[in-house]
Amino acid sequence: MTRLPSLLPRGPVPRPGTTGLVYLALAVLLALGAALVAARGGSLFTTATTVDLFTRSSLLGFLAIGQTLVILCRSLDLSVGYVAALSTVVAATTMAGDPSRILLGVGAALGLAGLIGLVNGLVVTGLRVNPFIATLGTGLVIKGYLDTNFQGPAGSVPAAFQALGYTRIGVLPVSTLVMLGAAVAAVVFLRRTRMGYHMYAVGGDAEVARLSGIRAGVPTVTAHVLCSVAAGTAGLLLAARFGTGSATVYGNGYELEAIAAVVLGGTYLLGGRGGVAGTLAGVFILATLDTVFNVLGVDPFVKDVLRGVIVIAAVAVYARGQHSRAAVRVRFPPGGAPPPAPGPDSGTGPAAPAQPLGGSR
Amino acid sequence: MSGAPLLRMRGITKSFLGVRVLHGVDLDLYPGRLHALVGENGAGKSTLMKVLAGVHRPDGGTVELDGEPVAFEHPVQAQRAGVATVFQEFNLLPERTVAENVFLGREIRRRGLVDGRAMERATGELLAGLDLEGIAPGARVRSLSVAQQQVVEIVRALSLEARVISMDEPTAALADHEVEALYRIIGRLRERGVAVLYVSHRMREIFDLADTITVLKDGHRVTTVPAGEITPAELVRRMVGRPVSAVFPEPLEPHGEHVGRVRLSVSGGGNAQLDGIGFEVRGGEILGMAGLQGSGRTEVAHALFGVERFTRGEVRVDGRRIDPRSPLRAVRAGLALVTEDRKARGLALHQSVAANGRLVLDAVWPFGSARRARRLPGILSSVELVARGGHDQEVRYLSGGNQQKVVLAKWLAAEPGVMVLDEPTRGIDVGARQAVYRLVRELAAAGVAVVLISSELPELIGMADRLLVLRDGRVAGELPGGASEEAVMAMATGSPHGGPAPEAVDPRTHPAASPSDGPPPHPSRHEEAAP
Repeated sequence: MTRLPSLLPRGPVPRPGTTGLVYLALAVLLALGAALVAARGGSLFTTATTVDLFTRSSLLGFLAIGQTLVILCRSLDLSVGYVAALSTVVAATTMAGDPSRILLGVGAALGLAGLIGLVNGLVVTGLRVNPFIATLGTGLVIKGYLDTNFQGPAGSVPAAFQALGYTRIGVLPVSTLVMLGAAVAAVVFLRRTRMGYHMYAVGGDAEVARLSGIRAGVPTVTAHVLCSVAAGTAGLLLAARFGTGSATVYGNGYELEAIAAVVLGGTYLLGGRGGVAGTLAGVFILATLDTVFNVLGVDPFVKDVLRGVIVIAAVAVYARGQHSRAAVRVRFPPGGAPPPAPGPDSGTGPAAPAQPLGGSR
Repeated sequence: MSGAPLLRMRGITKSFLGVRVLHGVDLDLYPGRLHALVGENGAGKSTLMKVLAGVHRPDGGTVELDGEPVAFEHPVQAQRAGVATVFQEFNLLPERTVAENVFLGREIRRRGLVDGRAMERATGELLAGLDLEGIAPGARVRSLSVAQQQVVEIVRALSLEARVISMDEPTAALADHEVEALYRIIGRLRERGVAVLYVSHRMREIFDLADTITVLKDGHRVTTVPAGEITPAELVRRMVGRPVSAVFPEPLEPHGEHVGRVRLSVSGGGNAQLDGIGFEVRGGEILGMAGLQGSGRTEVAHALFGVERFTRGEVRVDGRRIDPRSPLRAVRAGLALVTEDRKARGLALHQSVAANGRLVLDAVWPFGSARRARRLPGILSSVELVARGGHDQEVRYLSGGNQQKVVLAKWLAAEPGVMVLDEPTRGIDVGARQAVYRLVRELAAAGVAVVLISSELPELIGMADRLLVLRDGRVAGELPGGASEEAVMAMATGSPHGGPAPEAVDPRTHPAASPSDGPPPHPSRHEEAAP
């Protein structure tokens, strides 16, 4: 049997995936945080702080999961904070304190959010407006609407719905469970559905996707719709917590924090690589940082500085990792004597054959 | 030619922006036959291929598949009809696996969900059908070599049950031993009754593989002949419309003060990819650097130029020890590198010819560069640059050959003492190749030490005074210019084939024998080189 020498495998290249790396970082961060808090004579894992950590992560989680889908398609959504704020107002005013209108309120909020996502997606794919500009634009439109019509709290959320914000099973809030459920759904969506595959394809190379018969706009629009619905869900969660619609929550910079979580989770900002599993770790890393800083009583401004530094450092580490991964194999490792030069007849020795040249002998 | 053609193109015309690039071209493809399409760059080969692939719609003419008229409006329609195309730029997603790429857009589903295992299994079977079990269906495409990526493209075509596969310069990025592998894959495709349309610049492949050859020139079909009834020289003559006297220009009479003096010497050079690299190049000499893809040729060029520098050993230019830690230092020391990837690394594609020509001057000697740049128009005309928009034209609109001339001009402006040319004729047409060869000869004659790296053995053997063969990051040996392709291949693969390796050649002898006629085409080489 003749075999083709040049096309033999390059041999297994075992390396930890980015996702594994992010979870490792999360574990290290938790250990470090726990040690720091313990040094102050406290504990990071009291019920109060654990609940706080999960609560923070559920809100950011919804936003970041949606953002992951959009970024995988090589797009971006800067309107999620405004969509979330709009969603709190729509839900609270629709429900108006009436438990029988909960479903209506949820439907209205998510429906409107989905519609905004549809507009975002169509503007990005159809009008070919840069997603940064397109979604910033829709965000500003929403902001203008909210600022003119809702100066203070609007509407009210019935107690039954507020339970979503506070009920918990052990230390795990229901909202976190819902968020984790959404994350699992997103993972299955990306790994097991054609639409998920096509999102990677469109983000990786839109032309390749097009030449493979994928209608390039469809995955991107879908991602934008799902992202906005996720942002709407985050808004519902905020409404449940506040008990009312609060138009000004858009000022909290959720969209950038969500993007930070996505990037921290190892998703490539230019699309085509990454996933929700990593994003989830990114979310928990940011939530853990917040919680630890709170417990330690770090000045809020210093907190922001530290968080910014950590996000930049993490991405810089990825950039380094990517660089080394792109490099070819090391044939002559530094340090240690180089392997003896093979004689002219010995061919490729067993030590060197990343590309076995004379493999058929 | 017996039987009915599988694919029949008649009177295909196509214009872009009022410029007609195809004038009523006819083409027939038969099952199990390979039809080579040749012509200079701009002759219309790519356009014809893209019409076949459904990328472009023809303005006139008909395409019949199995006697049925077809009109592909989208590549996917062509693929579904069994007409697949392997383009020069791969249509693969580097971050996805082989199987995911093969079934992209047609993912196998089971109960509504994508079945990754079934896709990997099917891909594995297709690979096994080509005796290519070596590529793992679950491997990311990014981790594959260029040759392996090409195989993925071919496997994707097979997964579509393609009956017609067209390939656009499939060997452009392959080393010789990988070309052999491609030959065998093409053999298997033909056994299966696939009709192959094959575009290439390389004469030897065309005569090794083709049953029929069609020559295009300026959008017209010049001729269609059985491969056995035409000689390479005649084929080249019909492509260019003029006889090419010798394939490689004769060496010129050397002049200039540096001729004969050692201008570049490397000893014990090594880094993560290389070890024990040592050689000398004299002024007026062309050193050919041969080796398989991945043997370290480009790495040597990069080490000399400070891209991935040597961590061991020493480099001397004109007797002075230098440490090329960065391209800036290398250029200041008198080195120049014509990179193998001119679009990404050699040119600022969106800038003008003039701006590209000044790049090195402005960057390395910022003061007085305006004065030095006055030489540029002269240099640009000496490299025979043809740019319709003059020197203000953006280089991305130039043909590959003219782009390469801009790269050369950029370096000539810096007046280097040592010039490293990495695949200088890749993807450029016959006429531009001749211009590059002449320029290399002129440089050598003027006393520049030239290091020529190429995957094309005839080019190396025809141009170089001496050959340095690399294997797996080390110097495998030296051969005199005009050595046989078998000897080079034997040394490059490390096979004992070809008797004792003639390493005893004194590297300092300037071979008197003129290698300028190039070796005769040798169709059987590929079978011989593979043990």
